[in-house]
Amino acid sequence: MSSTTSKPAGSGFSFGEYLTCLSGIVWREALRFLHQRERFISALVRPLVWLFIFAAGFRQVLGISIIPPYETYILYEVYIAPGLMAMIQLFNGMQSSLSMVYDREMGNMRTLLVSPLPRGYLLFCKLLAGTAVSLLQVYAFLAIAWFWDIAPPPAGYLTVLPALILSGLMLGALGMLISSGIKQLENFAGVMNFVIFPMFFASSALYPLWRVQEGSPLLYYVCLFNPFSHAVELIRFALYGQTNWISLAVVGGCAGVFMIGAIYAYDPSRGLIRRGPAGGET
Amino acid sequence: MTTSAAPTADHNAPDVPDRPDAARVPALSISDVSHSYGPRRALIDINFTVAPGSFTALLGLNGAGKSTLFSLVTRLFGIQSGQIGIFGHDVGRAPGEALRLLGVVFQPRTLDLDLSVTQNLLYHAALHGIGRRDARLRSGEVLTRLGLADRAGSKVRDLSGGQMRRLEIARALLHRPRLLLLDEATVGLDVKARADILGHVRQLVAEQGIGVLWATHLFDEVIASDDLVVLHQGQVLAQGPVARVIAETGADNVNSAFMRLTGATANVGGTSP
Repeated sequence: MSSTTSKPAGSGFSFGEYLTCLSGIVWREALRFLHQRERFISALVRPLVWLFIFAAGFRQVLGISIIPPYETYILYEVYIAPGLMAMIQLFNGMQSSLSMVYDREMGNMRTLLVSPLPRGYLLFCKLLAGTAVSLLQVYAFLAIAWFWDIAPPPAGYLTVLPALILSGLMLGALGMLISSGIKQLENFAGVMNFVIFPMFFASSALYPLWRVQEGSPLLYYVCLFNPFSHAVELIRFALYGQTNWISLAVVGGCAGVFMIGAIYAYDPSRGLIRRGPAGGET
Repeated sequence: MTTSAAPTADHNAPDVPDRPDAARVPALSISDVSHSYGPRRALIDINFTVAPGSFTALLGLNGAGKSTLFSLVTRLFGIQSGQIGIFGHDVGRAPGEALRLLGVVFQPRTLDLDLSVTQNLLYHAALHGIGRRDARLRSGEVLTRLGLADRAGSKVRDLSGGQMRRLEIARALLHRPRLLLLDEATVGLDVKARADILGHVRQLVAEQGIGVLWATHLFDEVIASDDLVVLHQGQVLAQGPVARVIAETGADNVNSAFMRLTGATANVGGTSP
């Protein structure tokens, strides 16, 4: 954390105060993550099950032709690796929103929301913190996947970082937006059925879109307009040192829209958080 | 409401508000505030002030609107009508400046149970832009003041209810606010813990000149030297020094004054001055 706390005369906050706030929120999120070892393990096991079992089983069934960014025929495991990286971020984004619902029910959210710093900035810090946690998970996954012959160019581990940050922000902002509309923790099961599964399966994570088009033109368009597909493609291209500009624009645009929506939703004078006091309060 | 003497200077004293007329502005001013949940009116034309360096008890039964009022002051809810000022800073228009001067203890516990006592304080400090080194110094000071220095490294979930409440007060004081709001801060605590917490807060008023708004439904938490605001069904029925409210109602203590004002029949809060 920064030790700079010089307070400017009059109104406003210094750059050091903003930075201190950001590092404090990221630090707290990381501490919570480290305290929840089960969360880390399950976040890692989930994509590995897909990689080791699902992909191995489908390797012989699904042939992958040469499509960008790949320059040769690839194994199915190599194809779905970016999709699984995005899946980690999707689950992490939804997990963060789950923790926001929990924090709100338990009252912890108030600690954040009564901070004097601008609420939009606080929520952005929260998003960055969630994204940072997702990066840890993705790189842990990549490290294990390397032993499974999923070895992108060494530079790819670096070039994929901006793509992961952007997609992490988009999916985190989506989770935050969803969390603002959930009144009880129990309702979160619906998020699994109505958000996570449709987004993941109706995307290019498991199969290339040209194959989807052959099977169902309608589903093809659903996949094409699914922002998660673009997160997957952004990561896929970045992992091989390339940029998919359309995906970059879609993911960047969606991240902005979801973020504005989440900030709007948590605005006390306008948003969805407007409701009566918690149970037992008067 | 009366205005107490200005706080004495010491290094624990709250940050001084950056307004030239700071000594004259109320710590908290509520002007014509109303709030509704759909068709249900929770607060109706609320008006009162809290003077700097005073202890003001906000007395009301469950459902009176105390927590709604706290949510408006802390900007958890948007202000639908009226104005709320903290040392002259409008909560609606300049929330940053207003919230900077405010410490708050909510009715439900808001601590992170999985973090340690110090980690909770450091997180709160960061949310106020206080750097790590300064935050550690301040944490040590507030924990000592609240008698929790020996629990600094403990997980919060290992603390007793009374200790958690004291920690929440310590946390609320960490950024050196000029106004402290406490919403039913002693609910669920035993008699000794309640007395300890009330004693700590009154000490803060006396020693540091912090303005305190203490929401409660317990009559025995109000003493003769306090200021009093009686809130009932979303309306302020009486306000002023305790002695004056009692005299105006023709009662002989807070309990019976409250009963006469509200028409309530049950004694929900024990003894009174």
